[in-house]
Amino acid sequence: MDQSEISAPRPPVRVALFITCLADMFRPAVGFATVALLEQAGCEVVVPQGQTCCGQPQWNSGDRRGAQKLARAMITAFEQAEVDYVVAPSGSCIGMVKDWPQVFSDDAAWQQRATAIAEKSWELTSFLVDRLGWTQVQAHLEGIAAYHDSCTGKRKLGVAAQPRALLAGVAGLEVRDLSAPEECCGFGGTFCVKYGDISSRMVTDKAKDIIATGADTLLAGDVGCLLNMQGRLRRLGSPIKVRHVAEVLANMGDQPAIGEGE
Amino acid sequence: MQQSTSHLFHDNVRHAVNDDNLRVSLETMKTGFRFKRLAAIDRLPEFEDLREEGKALKDHVLAHLDLYLEAFEKKVIEQGGMVHWCANAAEAQQVVLDICRSVGARTVTKGKSMISEEIGLNDYLEKNGVQPIETDLGEYIIQLRHEAPSHIIAPAIHVRKEMVADAFRATHTHRPADRDLSEPRSLLDEAREELRDKFLAADVGITGANMLIAETGTSVIVTNEGNGDLTQLLPKVHVVLASLEKVVPTLNDASTVLRLLARSATGQEASTYVTFSSGPRRADDLDGPEQYHVILLDNGRSKMLGSEFQDMLRCIRCGACMNHCPVYGAIGGHAYGWVYPGPMGSVLTPALIGIENAAPLPNASTLCGRCESVCPMKIPLPRMLRAWREQEFERHLTPPRAVWALKVHTALASRLRLYRWATRLGAWALRIWGGRRGSFDHIPFAQDWTDSRTMAAPQYGRTFMDLYANRPNAHITNKER
Ligand code: SF4
Repeated sequence: MDQSEISAPRPPVRVALFITCLADMFRPAVGFATVALLEQAGCEVVVPQGQTCCGQPQWNSGDRRGAQKLARAMITAFEQAEVDYVVAPSGSCIGMVKDWPQVFSDDAAWQQRATAIAEKSWELTSFLVDRLGWTQVQAHLEGIAAYHDSCTGKRKLGVAAQPRALLAGVAGLEVRDLSAPEECCGFGGTFCVKYGDISSRMVTDKAKDIIATGADTLLAGDVGCLLNMQGRLRRLGSPIKVRHVAEVLANMGDQPAIGEGE
Repeated sequence: MQQSTSHLFHDNVRHAVNDDNLRVSLETMKTGFRFKRLAAIDRLPEFEDLREEGKALKDHVLAHLDLYLEAFEKKVIEQGGMVHWCANAAEAQQVVLDICRSVGARTVTKGKSMISEEIGLNDYLEKNGVQPIETDLGEYIIQLRHEAPSHIIAPAIHVRKEMVADAFRATHTHRPADRDLSEPRSLLDEAREELRDKFLAADVGITGANMLIAETGTSVIVTNEGNGDLTQLLPKVHVVLASLEKVVPTLNDASTVLRLLARSATGQEASTYVTFSSGPRRADDLDGPEQYHVILLDNGRSKMLGSEFQDMLRCIRCGACMNHCPVYGAIGGHAYGWVYPGPMGSVLTPALIGIENAAPLPNASTLCGRCESVCPMKIPLPRMLRAWREQEFERHLTPPRAVWALKVHTALASRLRLYRWATRLGAWALRIWGGRRGSFDHIPFAQDWTDSRTMAAPQYGRTFMDLYANRPNAHITNKER
């Protein structure tokens, strides 16, 4: 990642929160945790109102026009926010932002705008650690957490050490790796409903791996993967609590976990 | 050409995920192949450089394919062999049959060849009175079981050893019924004994080719059983089945590919046998075939040149992508419905049999990217899976239900006010419906999810955007849109 070779930016850094549609609807706490962490790290956070969805369902289904339509609205929203960076609590969604230039491979003007946004977009933990050099986490959570590396974050953005480096600052928490950390959880956006039986095979293997770690909490950096794994763990009767890593880092680990009632 | 059931992928999958024997076999594969590959790569620090080298080599070949193929042909002819250019499966079948008939062949022995599978050679020869005998143990097993291979380097990986014993008992009826076939060793020994006479009786030996070397007019095969050598040395005629993209310029280049291949496939430094064949026996050779034929099969590959699928032609058939694919690991190879399974199959199959006949394959992936990360030739498999999806969408091959869902989603997500209203309503309604439990056990129209998973209800029953806007110090930009 060549951006990290540039020296750390001078505060205040202006950052746009890209909330991601799943966090927006299913897990607002992830958004608040992200805002809190960015502010703790000295950023000025703005939330562009014009954002909806990055167009990943369209792009991954071969619908280039649909993906372009949604990406144009997003690009405009982030441009108008006049920020230094765009940050999302998701490797998958930032991976999509990084694909926007390809989405506009037949449209030079938009491709240029897409590239400008893509170049300043970061996954949250990687932004904190690689870009800001910030790891002063002020959080406490008693227990053992298994960490799941989401595929796009890990392979496309190189996110693996950063969340662990940050979690090392959470007092009382031990972090364990899965035995098959490279394995996809089977979410895959629309894949999990298009190919429900394959997806459920995959998430079953993942759930067994999680349970075998002996952890009481599962953490990851993508709400999609988390919903998937949480759903399978619950169906298997596991009491493991499932949270986005940002919640724990922002010391919000005492809220009801994903899928828990009040 | 081999018949395909790729269009029936969904049914194949349902069958596969409920097959307990398959489950056990695939588990062993995951631990075996993956672990061995990793260990081999750890022992070779320059593996990454080697990948780059291999990729550059193949890209160069593909840019000058005609040149190298012609050079190869020239050299083969010089050495007394023959090259047969075949545009499609039917032509290749015919050429092989003609060669068999020209020497009055009754039986042919065969080394492992995916091209043979691709052109459906065994069925064709049998129909025409020539008995093909597979000599690779895995291929022999599936031939007895009347099956297709389920993996490109381990064709019988789906078959457990008890099932092999059953197949042997059913076929080798001249042997004592109470013999012990409980150990892999005893199975191997029995297969060897059965095959020994067949090697000697065969009139024609057919092998595949892992590579063709232009410089020397050589075909190369890689095996771990030595069956390929016997197949090509003992009979009067040696027929090599190869596809166009198998050619490399020099011996040195071949060694680059071999180093990548063995490590990526089985985690070996080198395969047990690497056999180079350059034409029929010379006057002073002690053994070797009297005739040497190379079938050069196109079957749709030249159309891939210059297309967005050209990179697929770098494939060296190591199988690493399927060994590491979570989808292959869940359903095995047969579900893919044609010759090539796993990620490489989901890209290659549509190119060879038509996307309209293989539409589900490119979609059956989470695009997790692990295949690309292990591919020795750095083939961008996920990018090409997505490219097929785009072609499907443009040609209206995407299932109508999916198109409709995308249209609705695009319409919603591109209308900001409507989107905010709909997500607010959705979060609120789902929260109320989900009740105090916080998740759903069952959601109508989403059984594909809830059959195996609960579904978390939205937290708070309100969206982030809604909650954040009501914060006293909210910092919202471009509100007016
Ligand atoms: S696509 Fe790559 S990993 Fe898969 S078989 Fe071909 S060379 Fe091997």
